[in-house]
Amino acid sequence: MTLANMDGGVFSLAVIQFDPSFFWHYLLQPSQGYLQGLALTFGLAVAGQTIGVVFGLLAAFARLSRAWPLRSIARGYTWIIRGTPLLVQIVFVYTALAAAGIFRFHDIDLGPFTFAGNIQAAIVALSLNEGAYMAEIIRAGILSVDPGQAEAAKSLGMTYPQSMRLVVLPQAARFVIPPLGNEFNSMLKNTSLVSVIGVQELLLSTNTLVSSTFRVFELLLVVATYYLLLTTAWGLVQSRIERYFGKSTAATDGPSFLERFAGFRLPIEADDAPEDL
Amino acid sequence: MSGGAPHDLLDAIGGAPPTTSDVVVEARDVHKWFGRLHVLKGVSMSVRRQEVVVVIGASGSGKTTFIRCLNHLERIQKGRISVNGHLIGYREVNGKLVEDKERNIAAQRQEIGMVFQRFNLFPHKTALANVILAPVQVRKMPVAEAVEMGRALLDRVGLAVKADAYPGQLSGGQQQRVAIARALAMKPALMLFDEPTSALDPEMIGEVLEVMKELAREGMTMIVVTHEMGFAREVADRVVMMDDGQIIEEGTPEHFFTSPTHERTKAFLSKIL
Ligand SMILES: Nc1ncnc2c1ncn2[C@@H]1O[C@H](COP(=O)(O)OP(=O)(O)O)[C@@H](O)[C@H]1O
Ligand SMILES: [Mg+2]
Repeated sequence: MTLANMDGGVFSLAVIQFDPSFFWHYLLQPSQGYLQGLALTFGLAVAGQTIGVVFGLLAAFARLSRAWPLRSIARGYTWIIRGTPLLVQIVFVYTALAAAGIFRFHDIDLGPFTFAGNIQAAIVALSLNEGAYMAEIIRAGILSVDPGQAEAAKSLGMTYPQSMRLVVLPQAARFVIPPLGNEFNSMLKNTSLVSVIGVQELLLSTNTLVSSTFRVFELLLVVATYYLLLTTAWGLVQSRIERYFGKSTAATDGPSFLERFAGFRLPIEADDAPEDL
Repeated sequence: MSGGAPHDLLDAIGGAPPTTSDVVVEARDVHKWFGRLHVLKGVSMSVRRQEVVVVIGASGSGKTTFIRCLNHLERIQKGRISVNGHLIGYREVNGKLVEDKERNIAAQRQEIGMVFQRFNLFPHKTALANVILAPVQVRKMPVAEAVEMGRALLDRVGLAVKADAYPGQLSGGQQQRVAIARALAMKPALMLFDEPTSALDPEMIGEVLEVMKELAREGMTMIVVTHEMGFAREVADRVVMMDDGQIIEEGTPEHFFTSPTHERTKAFLSKIL
């Protein structure tokens, strides 16, 4: 049965207004401005993810710290960020903070370029948001490493930062890399939300075209295709990275997961142990 | 075993590490609680330079916890521990003990080698890299010098050919020998062993014990938690029996073989001998 002979159906060919040549034109010959939007989307995603990983590392270390104020701050941060919509966070950082007179993002002149205030706010919001998710991923990765590893490092006289950098984090990486790849996939798509604060990324560039051409269907197909290209390309890169990490650790496999759990000693929380001497 | 029997282990690290005092370990009335659980109930032990002390006792009697306290992998709540003349983990402020700074604790641990039941080699590093990691990063030894020492150590434990192998490619016995080399590379004044052969297949126990015996003969100060009474008989100066967080009997290996006095000791020995 084809659409055309669905007698009395809701659909009929006459209703579908699709101009293929318009679609192909905008897909294959995007304007300069549109390509800038694409570049901005990619740049925002990379910046948001990179700074997000840094925030995530800081928050993960804070969560694992002995000092309870640090732990509480980190816990509060992830709780708030993960419990509220990213869209709300973006508007909050840019518009609400300014409206309350708390903080206003100003354009920064960098010679020929201007680092626009709303782009700064977008990066801040995206990385703050990403940091909360990365914190959980990194914390879980660190906790997946056999505690005996950190103890061996300590017993050799390493300080906490040394044991983290040289022993624990390289091993946590294999637990962190796959979810990190998925986070970047989400990040590529989540950048579209900063269109609400007027950042001319891919989606807002599309909307601008829509309002001048009224070709909603074609243009949304175009923008969807671009996002799909971005995420698909990333997917290919991701599987290469994962294969690399899988290979480099296969030969170095220590005790299996089950063995690790068999000899597992939970690290005692610092504040559970009586301190008085 | 390539490289033949273990030999000249201390020679590979430039001779016996210096000890600043004749009594290497001095633990006095050590108490440890895990939450409400009173795990060490006043353990005292002193170990002289070049002495080898074997610690025995039923599972759960606190042997692991005690030797982990000796390098401050566990905090203690009462008592005091000195190694090589330094108070471990704490410093004295107005007559009270407060926990020391992390840096100082890390520095103290450099003098104390530890060998774990489950080896705990770094799986992402080769055998040689495991051995030289701490000398290079912690002791700031030049890499070339560390590599030379690391290769010498691996040779002396019979693993020269495995220098570039990853732990996952080594047998348990080989891993434990690398772990001993790794600990020795820091030139410790004291070596702690926590049941170093109990995770090994029977046919690999011998090769690890040989390395430990050689180390003992060369004059390393050692505290060894083990139930290998053959090892104790051959190299231990003293055997210490722990039960329920306390030392209940102490004596020469001969004493434990011929005339143990405590009922718990007799019962325990009858199970392991
Ligand atoms: N990290 C820990 N947290 C809580 N209890 C522990 C911990 N480690 C050991 N214990 C308890 O302390 C006691 C002594 O344990 P351990 O020192 O491992 O004994 P052993 O080495 O003689 O078998 C046991 O009851 C054990 O369950
Ligand atoms: Mg034990």
